[in-house]
Amino acid sequence: MESIFGLVGDGFAVVAADTSAVHSILVHKSNEDKIMVLDSHKLVAASGEPGDRVQFTEYIQKNVALYQFRNGIPLTTAAAANFTRGELATALRKNPYMVNILMAGFDKEAGASLYYIDYIASLHKVEKGAFGYGSYFALSLMDRHYHSGMSVEEAIDLVDKCIIEIRSRLVVAPPNFVIKIVDKDGAREYAWRESIRDASVAAA
Amino acid sequence: MFQSDGPDYLLCSKLFAQDRRNTHTDTHPCSFIQLSFSFRVSQTNLYSTRSTYQRDIKCLEGTAIGILSKDGVVLVGEKKVTSKLLQTSTSTEKMYKIDDHVACAVAGIMSDANILINTARVQAQRYTFAYQEPMPVEQLVQSLCDTKQGYTQFGGLRPFGVSFLFAGWDKNYGFQLYMSDPSGNYGGWKAAAIGANNQAAQSMLKQDYKDEITREEAVQLALKVLSKTMDSTSLTSDKLELAEVFVLPSGKVKYQVCSPDALSKLLVKSGVTQPAAEAS
Repeated sequence: MESIFGLVGDGFAVVAADTSAVHSILVHKSNEDKIMVLDSHKLVAASGEPGDRVQFTEYIQKNVALYQFRNGIPLTTAAAANFTRGELATALRKNPYMVNILMAGFDKEAGASLYYIDYIASLHKVEKGAFGYGSYFALSLMDRHYHSGMSVEEAIDLVDKCIIEIRSRLVVAPPNFVIKIVDKDGAREYAWRESIRDASVAAA
Repeated sequence: MFQSDGPDYLLCSKLFAQDRRNTHTDTHPCSFIQLSFSFRVSQTNLYSTRSTYQRDIKCLEGTAIGILSKDGVVLVGEKKVTSKLLQTSTSTEKMYKIDDHVACAVAGIMSDANILINTARVQAQRYTFAYQEPMPVEQLVQSLCDTKQGYTQFGGLRPFGVSFLFAGWDKNYGFQLYMSDPSGNYGGWKAAAIGANNQAAQSMLKQDYKDEITREEAVQLALKVLSKTMDSTSLTSDKLELAEVFVLPSGKVKYQVCSPDALSKLLVKSGVTQPAAEAS
């Protein structure tokens, strides 16, 4: 089942998410990217109702882009997170989006940051955060092994620990994960952790 | 009708004028206020050529001057005392704080200005509500000018007869000074003047402004220019307003209005007026 988590290191933030598209008891695909590159220096990892997840993150992405076109300056990560929270909060009493979000970003002024936003529109600035069934393991492991000012190697090592734990301890564990990172050079994909691939069928 | 030798904005202005009143002059409902609409391209100023859709309100409109310095923005305004029976207000008449980091000076119809100031304050708070950050100064000016522009485009309503000077600070561009006119045009300036005799003030500012000017020097310059362009002979603290936007050592943006006492001292210091004791 869904697992997204992330943490802030020294001058960067890293987020990881499972890549399973599940409906009922069926896995439809195992290479669904649930981490959106919001703009040049922002990442949004989202879990929740698949339709809502895509619709809402794209809506936020396009609004952030619109802001940048209109005003010539990008939103800070804090502003984008607060904007996202506001959109969830206004939707909450009408037609709520069932989406949980981890937003990671890098700003010149504030450095790397991570924001935890859940579907009932609460917002927290955190050093480490997680959503979904995998969060039980990810949070415990990060409580044990996280420390401030981690290097990229240490952080990725911790992410891998979480992935291994989720795979080995969770009954409904997702097989594949994607890891993305954001630092002063921008937001980008870091690596995939795949234990299965979609079976290829020879042409008949 | 659509043939025009001027730029597009002039065409719009002309259409607007023909559409609404078939003349370039109009009389305000209050008969003592003569509004003259002139459409022309004004002379090159400190930054750029701007189209002026200018509204001179004779007798009632005081001058306001804004000067950008490296450590703050200074706004000085002249309060017109129209009658000696008029009670002078204790608060400021021409300077308004829009948000913690933005203030403005007004020239024009005050009732119109109050509406715009209110919308500006609402916009600033809406932005902070959405983003939990102070609104960038230019965005605030632009949103207000969008409102002004709207009233130049459609028939049936009269535009806001107000010019503004906006002084502010934001983290992207530091200290800023903007001037806007009733048509909704705005621009960033190092020094600018609105209201009565704004052209005389503007050319004096152009002559005396120096880059790297300090806030203290900017105050002196503003007072000097105002004293020379004002209609009344003597410059006293009860006819003046002085406000400054600057950053405290703590990093907080401060909007400070100069008290009448401090203003009197400043006037003496800048040599614009004689000390009160000597004057009597």
